[in-house]
Amino acid sequence: MSAARVLMEGSHAIAEAAVQAGCRFYAGYPITPSTEILEYMSYRQPQVGGVCVNAESEIEAINMVWGAAGCGVRAMIASTGQGISLMQEALAEMSNAEIPCVVVNMMRGQGDYYQATRGGGHGDYRHLVLAPHTVQEAVDLIGLAFYLGDRWRTPVDVLGDFVLGHTSEAVEFRPRDESDLPPKTWAATGAAGRRAHNVTPLGSPDKLNLRHGEHFTIMAEKYPRIAAAETRCETGLLDDAEMAVVAFGSPARFVKYAIRQCRAQGLKVGWIRPITLWPFPGEVIAETASRVRALAVFEQNAGQMIDDVRLAVLGRAPVVPIGGVSHDHSGFGVGPILEPAGIVARITDAYRGKVAA
Amino acid sequence: MTTQPPLKKVSAKSDLLLSTEHSLCPGCGEPLAMRVILELIEELGVRDRTICVCGIGCYTAFPGIIDVDVLQALHGRAPSVATGAKRVLADRFVFTLQGDGDMVNEGLQEIIHCAARGERFTAVLLNNGVFGETGGHMTATSVLGQRTKTTMATGRVPELHGWPIRIADLIAQVDGAAYVARGAMHTPGAIKWTKQCLRDAFAAQLEGRGFSFVEILTMCPTDWYVDPTETPDWVEQHFSPTYPLRVIKPA
Repeated sequence: MSAARVLMEGSHAIAEAAVQAGCRFYAGYPITPSTEILEYMSYRQPQVGGVCVNAESEIEAINMVWGAAGCGVRAMIASTGQGISLMQEALAEMSNAEIPCVVVNMMRGQGDYYQATRGGGHGDYRHLVLAPHTVQEAVDLIGLAFYLGDRWRTPVDVLGDFVLGHTSEAVEFRPRDESDLPPKTWAATGAAGRRAHNVTPLGSPDKLNLRHGEHFTIMAEKYPRIAAAETRCETGLLDDAEMAVVAFGSPARFVKYAIRQCRAQGLKVGWIRPITLWPFPGEVIAETASRVRALAVFEQNAGQMIDDVRLAVLGRAPVVPIGGVSHDHSGFGVGPILEPAGIVARITDAYRGKVAA
Repeated sequence: MTTQPPLKKVSAKSDLLLSTEHSLCPGCGEPLAMRVILELIEELGVRDRTICVCGIGCYTAFPGIIDVDVLQALHGRAPSVATGAKRVLADRFVFTLQGDGDMVNEGLQEIIHCAARGERFTAVLLNNGVFGETGGHMTATSVLGQRTKTTMATGRVPELHGWPIRIADLIAQVDGAAYVARGAMHTPGAIKWTKQCLRDAFAAQLEGRGFSFVEILTMCPTDWYVDPTETPDWVEQHFSPTYPLRVIKPA
């Protein structure tokens, strides 16, 4: 595809972005609202010489991704929170094995924030978590996710949702300069012309030199380095703001619209939109907290990211929840909470001190 | 001056074995199976394109001492990892190494679906009817009457513990399986015969004929509550009736 803009549904755009980033293995299991990614990959991967496996379970699918990625091939998987739950053992150990892959979670609402940012599985690990709020940003972040995965040798999560997956927008696929990435000399490829090695969560690639215990320390030192280098967020209208609204993903797009409505009514409100949920942009939030009256957190769940906001604010300002659980009748899609007038009302109430911290 | 008779080499370790030191017990059948596999990799000349996908059990000691690339998989999931590997590197020689707890308990779904898809790798099951690494607990392949740490009072009895799963026979019924056999490591004759089974299974993969599967009965000198010197006989008398040595699905 050329650099011209094309109209695509979010799920298909995410899948195409992966293909254009060099993803040549995809395994998946159908589950709403991620299924369209599997459908797209099932015909798109063979066109580029890649592989798509309609796996027998989420557990099998992620372990197939483990195998393909362990051979040095870019691989992706998508599901929703329920399916991601089934994959957690593999995702935790792929982190220890330092096998890069991209994991797309098309959430039902935003209830998987903890699952994504707390690791979700066992042990001391973190995943980079990227949270796009438009289809174009999703396309760009998929490319970034593959790049960061290879750069840091780690699984990278892209956290989308029902709205993102099912919104059609004009998007442009832009190639990324990856010339600084090292070759994947660690991969299992058959040991032609070299010593054989292991690709293992036990952290001992060098045979006869097993140092399992050391590996956990090495891994523990890796995550702060990722955090220092890769934190990303977007802010808007904060210069004179008396209150900042923190939101991520699709709801943040509605929040940005609502904030402009509030501005038109004279409310001095701005926004902070974390693009990486881990590492969390705590420094920007802390700095903002020192000069606003309050921070409001809008998320489509019972209150998860608000914990990270509070940890960053450390009591410098009140942090008030203005989001909530809101689903459609099926439980898969979006409820009325994203209605802009409602968001304006919630922001206005928080601004006027009518919402308890 | 006396002349020495010419020396004849009757046995040597495979060059693909980096160290003869390992953590498995004396009398264990698993190192024997590993040796046979390494010998075949050498004989077939596929070392430079071999990827071993290893499960979790006592045999997880092998990846550190064998001179082939290894993808270490989770307990039960080696067939899925091998699927991903073989699909993206179709010209490589891929085999999995799993125990009975790994394959038949934790990973029953994976192995059957891989067979049904006709994944073109070779799955090797090291079956000793016991969770050896954790200290001797019942697996899905423990035979009736077998004493384990979790069937201590009665041995395995159907009313309490159900029946053993004959996984090789199940796999043989699946259309995608090109070759299925069951061998053992308890006698020199059985080892020689099993080596031929593995050779046929590897050939099925190298010729792209589909999924190949070899179950190998191995002795556990530590967790069987049998005198270690009697474990080969125990295979013959107690394992073989449930798991007869035969080619179940010929190539």
